[in-house]
Amino acid sequence: MLPCSPQHASQPAVGQSGWETFPHDADIGVRGYGATCAEAFAMAALALVSVAVDPEGVRCLEGRKIACQADDPVVLLVDWLNAIIVEISAGRLIFGRFRVAIQDGRLDGEAWGEPIDIVRHHPAAEPKGATFTEARVAREPEGRWVAQCVVDV
Amino acid sequence: MDPSLLKREDRCRWVIPPTGAMRVRGVIYADRDLILGMDDKVRVQLSNVASLPGIVGDAVAMPDAHWGYGFPIGGVAAFDADAGGVICAGGVGFDISCGVRLLVSELSAAHARPRRGELAEALFRGVPAGLGSEGAITLDDIDMTAMLNGGARWAVERGWGRPEDLPRIEEGGAMGGAMPEAVSEQARRRQRREMGTLGSGNHYLEVQEVTEIFDEAVAAGYGLERGRVVVSIHCGSRGLGHQIGTEFMREMLLAAPGFGLHLPDRELACAPIRSELGTRYLGAMRAAVNCALANREIVAHLTRQVFARMFERGRLSLLFDVSHNTCKVESHVVAGERRRLHVHRKGATRALAGGHPDLPEDLRPYGQPVLIGGSMAVGSYVLVGTPEAERAAFASACHGAGRAMSRHEALRRFGGRQIQDHLASEGIVVKSPSTRGIAEEAPDAYKNLDAVVLAAEMAGLARRVARLSPFACVKG
Repeated sequence: MLPCSPQHASQPAVGQSGWETFPHDADIGVRGYGATCAEAFAMAALALVSVAVDPEGVRCLEGRKIACQADDPVVLLVDWLNAIIVEISAGRLIFGRFRVAIQDGRLDGEAWGEPIDIVRHHPAAEPKGATFTEARVAREPEGRWVAQCVVDV
Repeated sequence: MDPSLLKREDRCRWVIPPTGAMRVRGVIYADRDLILGMDDKVRVQLSNVASLPGIVGDAVAMPDAHWGYGFPIGGVAAFDADAGGVICAGGVGFDISCGVRLLVSELSAAHARPRRGELAEALFRGVPAGLGSEGAITLDDIDMTAMLNGGARWAVERGWGRPEDLPRIEEGGAMGGAMPEAVSEQARRRQRREMGTLGSGNHYLEVQEVTEIFDEAVAAGYGLERGRVVVSIHCGSRGLGHQIGTEFMREMLLAAPGFGLHLPDRELACAPIRSELGTRYLGAMRAAVNCALANREIVAHLTRQVFARMFERGRLSLLFDVSHNTCKVESHVVAGERRRLHVHRKGATRALAGGHPDLPEDLRPYGQPVLIGGSMAVGSYVLVGTPEAERAAFASACHGAGRAMSRHEALRRFGGRQIQDHLASEGIVVKSPSTRGIAEEAPDAYKNLDAVVLAAEMAGLARRVARLSPFACVKG
């Protein structure tokens, strides 16, 4: 069993990796920060999980490999998050740890987690689709990467 | 929203005159207070919709409008394929054919209310709800294709519904023109074990009492009387619809430059109706509509099983099943000319007036039931379609209260357990797998349903028939 490393950093300070969610009328925004674009993507995935459950309460019992391809980094982010949503929805899995590598528009990711346990995880809103609303992948002036979008729940 | 940015035409009609790329007007139906509380993004999004090719009439927003994906939620727009009109995945929404159905019982609330705790528990156990829940039905490829073509008819044929329900469902329970072959493997995979599940978010199953009648004649025609127990079910096409919406939104976005489409907003990704992509989306969307119709039929079947076990006179008859996230080909008169149009309703309910040939014979004298969802505390409304709605909004009305605050803000202000306890003290039992989910759906996170419905009535979009108040709720 892989331990789920503590990656949670709500309202992270500049220079740190971390994730947070942000308000949207009916749905919810997810945002990841990191020293690299790939790290920001991995953090955004944790923010996505947090829409439903506390990622820190997820045990990393099994892994899934996820690959996406898109020239536009925003499209790549939305594809990555939607691929995770498919694993949650169809695979009945929830994840607590992600690793991402990005090169030339190709994303190779890994997600670790466990089967959803309604009694133990108490899942709230189900993330049903990552959207292009408020979608942004950018390097901020201080050097930190941010990856964000609104998720339909 | 700043009302000074709009031109007020009457008490509940606010106009955005065409400027820039707008091809038609934007019209928002709401009273002044609702306009003041409305996000300005509704105005921006409606103006963007008004700029899409082939749009006819007005781009319309309902009194419950709020910020959506490309289209405002509560948006209605009609496009003429012969005039280069487009089909827009965001104009249908991700939860394709999300909708409401209302079942009417023979029970009095006086009889059922005292057993509300037991009833809520039985429904919570009987109808899978929330993330991670699974239906008892697993679809193989053959069943999946049959379901995507057959909708509620398929469910009835399989014994998960009643034949007499079908005329009371839009499209007779199955939308023609579905193309199961246009539904991806990923979408099918997401749906394989989700038939007969409620989902999460704002979806619900509520046992309610008819507490107020506004139109005695129509209510009698609908079988509604004060004190009668009814059941409202709000859910959609589950994972399959979302996957179709997601995949086609992406494909339309990347294909837009090839169609010469300039998108003011990525979420307005669209394709000409008369294109291979447009045809394929419409076919997949119609398959998702059938998935939603089948899903609500099965959820109703599970609900009926619970009522039959608990009550001697537990029969539940379907009043109506209507979707509020769709695109349908309809005939409407625009500027004196009857045209065949692709009418997008995103968070808006079709509202046919009495006499319309598409209504089942026994409802035709009255008009279509327009089912409006509210919240766990305030309940719902039944309205009826009007001839004015045809002229004003392609025969459409509002669909719910609309959110007044984000899920973030609701979580900051409310506790799920606290809401459950408060509602219990008011005679409403709420069951959910998640107290956080209850907090996010707090009744105070929604707009004033009475104000929304009254504005719809004053605008002539629909007329009030009955008010329904919940006493047992299942939330996903």
